[in-house]
Amino acid sequence: MDKDDQSAVIVARVREAAAAHTPLIISGSGSKNFLGRRVTGIPLAVGGHRGILHYVPEELVLSARAGTPLADIETALTARGQMLAFEPPYFDTTATLGGTIAANLSGPRRAYAGAARDFVLGCHLVNGKGEILHFGGEVMKNVAGYDLSRLMAGAFGTLGVLLDISLKVLPRSETDTTLIFERDETSAIELMNRWASRPLPLSATAWSDGRLYVRLSGPAPAIAAAAAGLSGEHLPQAEEFWRDLREHTSPFFTDPRPLWRLALPSTAAPLALDGPEIVTWGGAQRWVKTGVPADRVRACAAAAGGHATLFRPARGALPAEAPFAPLTPALHHLHQRLKAAFDPAGILNPGRLYAGI
Amino acid sequence: MSAARATLFTDLRAALPGDALLTREEELRPYECDGLTAYRALPLAVALPHTVEEVVSVLRLCRARGVPVVARGAGTGLSGGALPHAEGVVLSLARFNRILEIDPRARIARVEPGVRNLAISEAARPYGLYYAPDPSSQIACTIGGNVAENSGGVHCLKYGLTVHNVLALEALTIEGERLTLGGRAADAPGYDLLALLTGSEGLLAVVVEATVRLLPLPQCARVLLAAFDSVVTAGNAVGAIIAAGVIPAGLEMMDRLAVEAAEDFVHAGYPRDAVAILLCEVDGDEEEVAAALTRVQEILKHAGARELRVARDEAERQLFWKGRKAAFPAVGRLSPDYYCIDGTIPRSKLAEVLTRIAELSREHDLRVANVFHAGDGNLHPLILYDANMPGELARAETLGAAIMELCIAVGGTITGEHGVGVEKISQMCVQFTPAELEQFHAVKRAFDPAGLLNPGKAVPTLAHCAEYGRMHVHRGELRFPDLERY
Repeated sequence: MDKDDQSAVIVARVREAAAAHTPLIISGSGSKNFLGRRVTGIPLAVGGHRGILHYVPEELVLSARAGTPLADIETALTARGQMLAFEPPYFDTTATLGGTIAANLSGPRRAYAGAARDFVLGCHLVNGKGEILHFGGEVMKNVAGYDLSRLMAGAFGTLGVLLDISLKVLPRSETDTTLIFERDETSAIELMNRWASRPLPLSATAWSDGRLYVRLSGPAPAIAAAAAGLSGEHLPQAEEFWRDLREHTSPFFTDPRPLWRLALPSTAAPLALDGPEIVTWGGAQRWVKTGVPADRVRACAAAAGGHATLFRPARGALPAEAPFAPLTPALHHLHQRLKAAFDPAGILNPGRLYAGI
Repeated sequence: MSAARATLFTDLRAALPGDALLTREEELRPYECDGLTAYRALPLAVALPHTVEEVVSVLRLCRARGVPVVARGAGTGLSGGALPHAEGVVLSLARFNRILEIDPRARIARVEPGVRNLAISEAARPYGLYYAPDPSSQIACTIGGNVAENSGGVHCLKYGLTVHNVLALEALTIEGERLTLGGRAADAPGYDLLALLTGSEGLLAVVVEATVRLLPLPQCARVLLAAFDSVVTAGNAVGAIIAAGVIPAGLEMMDRLAVEAAEDFVHAGYPRDAVAILLCEVDGDEEEVAAALTRVQEILKHAGARELRVARDEAERQLFWKGRKAAFPAVGRLSPDYYCIDGTIPRSKLAEVLTRIAELSREHDLRVANVFHAGDGNLHPLILYDANMPGELARAETLGAAIMELCIAVGGTITGEHGVGVEKISQMCVQFTPAELEQFHAVKRAFDPAGLLNPGKAVPTLAHCAEYGRMHVHRGELRFPDLERY
C-alpha cells in the first residue's frame, strides 16, 4: 500500500467526527493559519497525504494530492519548462497544494493570467458525510454537472477536505524583464490600466513608494520590442523583488500595524486611508498597513466598489473576529444552506470563513 | 383548461403587459425546442418580460404555484437545456438585449442576459477590445445562455471559457431574490458562487445581468494549415506543439469526411486527399507571431505533416476559418440529419479514441465526421442519420451514447461545452457515482428547494439511473433499440 495515500484515514476521521459532531480543523502545513477566523476543534492533519499523481507536460495538466508541498510541484514543473501561472504565494516554504487552493491565493501574475480558481480542473474531496467524491477531471473543458471542484477554491475547507487536485499548467515564459518608472500613485494606476488595454505582454505590475514596476514576460523578441516601446529603467534582481512582494517579505510588510488587503476595481483612485500602501494586479489589489478601525477600512473599500480583508492582524494581536468582508443577508443565508448541503453536521473547519458557516 | 392553469394565466396576465405573455399553441410552437430539435415539448406559456421586476413577478408566481420555469436565451443550445417543461413556463430573456455599459479604461462590459455574444465584441471593437469566448453560434447565442452552459469556442485553450471571462452576475433565485455574485473587484468574499452558477444550465438561478472582461485585440493573427496522412500522426502533432511550449490561439482538427464536406460547401482550399487537417492559429505582436509560426512549422514538419500552408493574407486566413466554422452545416448537407457529440478526452488518447469511433461507426452502420477543438481535446463527432428511416434516430443515439461512454472510459467527460441538458442525462449516471449525483442534488436544493428551475435537466435522479442501468446492456447496446428514450 502507498503510505502517502492517507485517504482511508481521512475518511475514517471525518466519519467519526460527523457521528460525534466534533469539529475538525483541517491543516496541511499550517502556513495559512494566520488567515481567516479561529476554529476550535480537533486537528485533522492532511499534510501526510501527498505526492504528484499524474503529470504529462503535453497535456498541460498536473494532478497531486492535497498535502503535496507546493515547492515539490513547482520543482517538477520547472524541470519541464512549465509553471503554475497564478504564481501562488507560499507564506512558508512548507506550504501545500491543498491549502493554496482552499485559500484561493494568487500572486503577481493574477491580473494577467488568472487566479488559483481559474486553473482548477478537478478534485477528489471528502464531504462532511465522509464520502469521497470526484468532480471535474483532467481535461480542459468539462461542463458535466455543477463546477463543484472550482467551488472548493476559496472555501477554506468548509465544504470538503481536498484529497487531490488537478490543475491546468502553462509553459514558462521564455524571458522576463522588469521596468521601473518614477510615478505618483494616481498616474501609476492610470498607466497600469492604459497599458492593460493594449496587447502588451504584461505579467505583473506594482506601485510602491513612488515607483511603478512593470514585468513583461514572453518570447525574447516580443519582450525586447515591448520594453523598447515603454522605455523604463531595467530593474536588476527583479525575481527577488516579485518574490518578496508575493511572500510579504519586503520591508513594507514589517510594519507592526494590521495588514489589509483591498480588492478593488482596477481603476479605483488612491485610497484615503492613513498608512503606507502597495498597489498590485494592475490596480486591482491594494495592500495597506493601517491602524484605522475595521469598519472605516471596509467602508472605504465598499465606496470604491470593492471589499477588504484583514489579512494579518497587528503584530501580537489575536486573530480577527471578522477578517473577511461580511456577506449580504441573502448571500449569507445561501452560504449556510450550501454548507449544510456538503457538511450537514457542520464539522469541517466551521467558522473559518464566517461565524456559522 | 384546468382551474389551476386558468388561475396561473390570470395571475401572469395581471403581472405582465399584454405583449409579454404567450399562451396560444401557434405562439408557443417556436419555443418547443432549442438547437437540439430531436426533443420537443410545448410549455403552458411563454413569458417575455421587459423588466427585472416582471421577471421577479413571474418567478414568485411560479414558486407560489409550484410551476416549473425554464429560462431561455436565443435557444441555440445543443443539449436541450432550454427544452420546455410541458407543465411549466418558458421565461424568455430575449428582451433584455441592451449593452448597459462599456468601460474601455477598466476593460469591462456590463450587459443584459439577452445580448448576443458577438454584439459585445462588436461594441468593444472601437476601443481595440473584444470578448474572448467565441462559441460557433456567437452570431446568435446570448450571454445569458453562455453563462448557463459555460460556453467555450475555438480560442479557449489560450483565452479560457465563459467562467474565466465573466466578472460578475446579477441573478434571481426562484424566490425572486436578487443576488450579486462576483464583482468588478477580484476574489469576491465567500464561496465562488459565480463559478458555481456558470455552467449550471439554469437550474440554480436566473441571470439578469452580466459583467464580462474585455481583452485587447491582438496586434495580428496568422493561421497555418497542415495536412496529414493519418489521424494518429495529426493527433501526435497537436501534443508536440503544446509540449514545445507554444499555446496556439486556436488549434482545430478535421477528418477526411469533414474536410470533403467543408470543401464542397465553402471551397476553403483544403487538400481533399488529406486524411486529417490541422488549423493552427497564433496571435500576438508581429515578432511573436512570426517566431511562433516558424516554430510550429518546424514541429509539424518533424511530426509528419505532408503539407504546410500559412495563410498568405487576412482573406485567406478568413477562408481557412470559414471552412472550419461551416463544418457543421457542411456535414448537414451530406445527410438529412446529424447528431453532434461533445466529449472531451485527454489529448494523449486521441488516436485511440478516433480508431474506436471508426469501429463503432462501422458497427452501427452510420457515418461519423470528426471535427474538433484539438488543442483542448474537445471532440465533436457528427453522426449522420436520417430521422425518416425507421430506427435510424435510435441507432444514432445508441452510437452517441457509446462514444460518450468511450470518452468517460479514457478519463474524459461526456460534455466539454454543450452541456448535459436532457440529451446526455443518462450518461451522467455513467460518469458520476450515486453519492456524487446526490451531492449535485443537495446543491440544487440549497438554491431551489422545490426543484422548479429547469427540472429534469443536467442531473439525473437516482431512479432514472437505476432505470438506465437496467436498459444499459453490454457496450452501450440497448435492449430495445427502436424505443424512444427520455
